Amino acid sequence: MNSKLFSNIGRFVILVFLQVLILNNINFAGYINPYLYVLFLLLYPFTGNQSLFLFISFLLGVSIDVFEDSGGINAAACLVAAFVRPNLLRFSFGISYDHQNIRLSATPFGAKLSYVFLMVLIHHFVLFSLEMFSINHILLVLKKTIFSTIFTTILILLSLTLFSKKYR
Amino acid sequence: MQQIFNFLIRNKNSILFLILFVVSVFLTVQNHAFHKSRFLSSANFVTGGVYSWSNDVNSYLSLDEYNERLLEENKQLRNIISSIRDSLPVDQQLDSTSFEGDYLFRTARVINNNFSKVDNYLTLNRGERSGIQQEYGVITSQGIVGIVDRVNENYSRVISILNSRSRINAQLNNTNHFGSLVWDGKDPNIVQLIDVPRQAPLQKGDTIITGGRSLIFPKGLPVGSIQDFTLDQTQSYYTINIKLFNDMTNIGYVYVIENVNKEEIENLQETNEQ
Repeated sequence: MNSKLFSNIGRFVILVFLQVLILNNINFAGYINPYLYVLFLLLYPFTGNQSLFLFISFLLGVSIDVFEDSGGINAAACLVAAFVRPNLLRFSFGISYDHQNIRLSATPFGAKLSYVFLMVLIHHFVLFSLEMFSINHILLVLKKTIFSTIFTTILILLSLTLFSKKYR
Repeated sequence: MQQIFNFLIRNKNSILFLILFVVSVFLTVQNHAFHKSRFLSSANFVTGGVYSWSNDVNSYLSLDEYNERLLEENKQLRNIISSIRDSLPVDQQLDSTSFEGDYLFRTARVINNNFSKVDNYLTLNRGERSGIQQEYGVITSQGIVGIVDRVNENYSRVISILNSRSRINAQLNNTNHFGSLVWDGKDPNIVQLIDVPRQAPLQKGDTIITGGRSLIFPKGLPVGSIQDFTLDQTQSYYTINIKLFNDMTNIGYVYVIENVNKEEIENLQETNEQ
């Protein structure tokens, strides 16, 4: 239990710093940035207190926002992603989620991909809509959402593969 | 009563979600209100400290380039000095140094710079303690950067010209036709000058400078050159795309401008209105 707590706190801090110090400066092709910190929401323990999870997601978003001077857009995006996570888990992993015994590293690739992709897509869509804050720029929002989603998804899948523990 | 409590407990997640969501949207909206963002900004103790620490490391990597820019600027300054000796009246120079004592310049280092979002900000490593205050202009030797928006004891936040809420008065170099400098959020090298009257003679490559109508920037600072222009829907005003002289994606050190006479001018304008 304790090791889980510490690994989550460590992941929180490391991901925030990684995001604001390195990843926010990538600007691939002018405006495409990966938002790797969504990984925290993906890996947070599936069981346990949902209210606490919502609150921690909000905290994660606000920490990024303070560094980025972006008001509350990351906080809102994280909240929405955290709120819909149980539904997405059920959608992607089906029955095994209800038995509460899945490990992300041990799931089939297709299910993992759909879970990661949908979470990232929802997060990015809320993020960029609030960033533009106007209906006139809906095309730009969609463009940014799609490209950044692809970039983030690839990066998350790579880091999941890199840092997955081998259970044998 | 019992039912209300039951309802609240059953839906506590959705209610928590709604409350927090409203809070974050509120933060977003108040961040969109010019000069009113009070709560969260990168000019505070923690984030300023982290950024300045990371910038201490980074700035070593670009020392060569900063040196080159300084050399370039020194060259310009020396040219101006030598032309003054000729005792001819100096024409308006396209440089930040051609102003008399009305403006005070301070130096600062950019410790955080955004340009990929729609509303971009910079963070400087100088604050109130060094005499910086709200609404001071920020420039480099090559062009303008933005306007100071929030000041903390040791750090300050600057609204970049690459921000959808930034509006800066600018004009043509050849004539006095002026307009507002805005940004459409697309290319960090291109900004737009809007509301320039149709009568203005425009040509590709013409220089755009700051106008003297605001109390923030002195008149005559270089901004960029005209890339292309179109008439707007009413057919009476031009919208001009301007290629910035400044590379907004690569800013190391900046000058912060204080208008010494600002208060006096403002007082005068107020008495005029009464």
